[in-house]
Amino acid sequence: MSDNNEPLVRVDGLSVHFPVRNGLFGRTKRTLRAVNDLSLTLNKGECLSVVGESGCGKSTLALSILGLQEPTSGEIFFEGRSITGKARPSRLERAGMAQMVFQDPYASLNPRQTIYTSLAAPLKLHGVKDRTEIDRRIETMMQLVGLKPEQAKRFPHEFSGGQRQRIGIARALILKPKVVVLDEPVSALDVSIRAQIINLLLELKEQLDLSYIMISHDLSVVEHMSDRVAVMYFGQIVETGSWDRVFTDPQHPYTRRLIGAILDPVTELTGQSPVDVRETPRPPSGYDYYPREIGKHDVYSLPPASQLVALKDDHSVRLIAHG
Amino acid sequence: MTDNLLEVRDLRLDIVSGRVGHNVVDNVSFSIGRGEAYGLVGESGCGKSITALSIIGLLKKPLAVTGGELIFDGRDLRALSKRELRRLRGERIAMIFQEPMTALNPLSPVGRQIAEMFVLHKGATWKEAEKLAIEALGNVQVPAPEERVKAYPHQMSGGMRQRVMIAIALACNPDLLIADEPTTALDVTVQAEILKLVKELCAARGTSVLMISHDLGVIANMCNRVGIMYAGRLVEERPVADLFLHPAHPYTDGLLKSLPQLGSRRLEGRKRLQEIEGTVPSIANFPPGCRFQPRCHRATPVCSVEIPPPSALSHDGFVKCFNHER
Repeated sequence: MSDNNEPLVRVDGLSVHFPVRNGLFGRTKRTLRAVNDLSLTLNKGECLSVVGESGCGKSTLALSILGLQEPTSGEIFFEGRSITGKARPSRLERAGMAQMVFQDPYASLNPRQTIYTSLAAPLKLHGVKDRTEIDRRIETMMQLVGLKPEQAKRFPHEFSGGQRQRIGIARALILKPKVVVLDEPVSALDVSIRAQIINLLLELKEQLDLSYIMISHDLSVVEHMSDRVAVMYFGQIVETGSWDRVFTDPQHPYTRRLIGAILDPVTELTGQSPVDVRETPRPPSGYDYYPREIGKHDVYSLPPASQLVALKDDHSVRLIAHG
Repeated sequence: MTDNLLEVRDLRLDIVSGRVGHNVVDNVSFSIGRGEAYGLVGESGCGKSITALSIIGLLKKPLAVTGGELIFDGRDLRALSKRELRRLRGERIAMIFQEPMTALNPLSPVGRQIAEMFVLHKGATWKEAEKLAIEALGNVQVPAPEERVKAYPHQMSGGMRQRVMIAIALACNPDLLIADEPTTALDVTVQAEILKLVKELCAARGTSVLMISHDLGVIANMCNRVGIMYAGRLVEERPVADLFLHPAHPYTDGLLKSLPQLGSRRLEGRKRLQEIEGTVPSIANFPPGCRFQPRCHRATPVCSVEIPPPSALSHDGFVKCFNHER
């Protein structure tokens, strides 16, 4: 699986903490630990999905990778080059590395600008001055995402939800980034439209040689799209591995709970759940799963010392050593 | 009088504003038996939520019921006065919403909001009601209910707030609980807990449920019978297993095939998802005939001229499609 080349994105010991003021006149100060000592890699051409409940830090992780959130500690490397700290590249440069597709395309497009203006702005900022070149790139991009080039003259409100998400994708891809962060890309769309966008994203990944980091809570979409899955819980990765390992043989109690909670209509009715999640497998000897009791943690306290232990090829689970 | 708790017959809802009127819900009929859980499935804008609001009498202008009957326990809901309707609401028909934070009063402790139900509908004193509220909060499995009654909505998590909503809704032992996307705003693990809670509480009390959702998994988990709505019309109605395992309407069929099914990639590899072409029509320009016809791969010329009548299906249920056997 692994080659010696540097991965496309490498997150190394990332922590993001926010000071929170509480109490009367904000006198008490606490630290909210959104991301705790998190490491992961994204290889070229891969779709890595980050799953977890709301507030587990997955969006903070995404913002850090985009360079929109300065980490408290740790580093993020893009093709071996650090994008955090003092020597980090400029915002313009980072915009060419990674882009984001947002959950709600209506909220992320300027309602007073035509699609053309929205798509041309990043190109102009990046020094594409030639009008015909801009036109040509917008035209190709519109076709790539399945829209007609002449529709670029319209405003966001003239499009349906699915079309708007196509525009959101076009906007993310216009600068030819290598990494695209997908933040719940289909959850705001009508159910009958989701398949169109999922298919489009998978096609574009092949065509343009893209790598995805997808944030999602819809595990059937995650299973369909991902190459690797990382399960986050309270700012840490508790289990990570290739999609088939995580979905067929989930080890961590939280992953099993998550997979056990999926409501799939056919599974519900036939009772043939692809995974038997009733019993949690025994942890390797000398280790225990962390956290043992879900729900007894909060975002303010430091998690106990634990480590990701490799089980099999590209499948690790967070364990806590017996004291 | 039938033995059904709720009968919706030929319900028609329109947007009435000035000279232009738009039809939003057309000829929707379904019934819910006592103790039955009925699911109404559809995409946003298909009219499922406003159908529910019309039952509970909470439709707001410019929306109005322009035809049909709503019979609840033998009484015509449309003929009731505002006062009678208000008595019915909360006591015999209760509703829970998608986002509990917007449905709860942020300035009042949750215990008081539950207790209010007993005072208003059961004539209890505030002191009695407070005790009942603690009990009600315990019933929805909120830990330490004696403490939590004093909490304000913002001090609770989304899942806990939805439990409070359920406690309020079930306080007076209603005959019908309307649940409009009750778990859409919640995490998956919390969703599973909340659905289990609603299922158990309603089964124990014999409460009928009208579940509204776009999530087919939730419906399969919760309901006995399901109605599929598309662009303001009920296009198929079946017992839940028949519907999901042998969908008859091309829309239902397409919807089920368009979703990635859990476990299928492992068995068959990643297949391209089957798409439903086009988009949902907007209220202002519904196509003539069958409203799904422009997106339908089974469409024949008759589909764009006539509205398909319901055809009975084996077992129970119907489908409104000229070509459902093709």
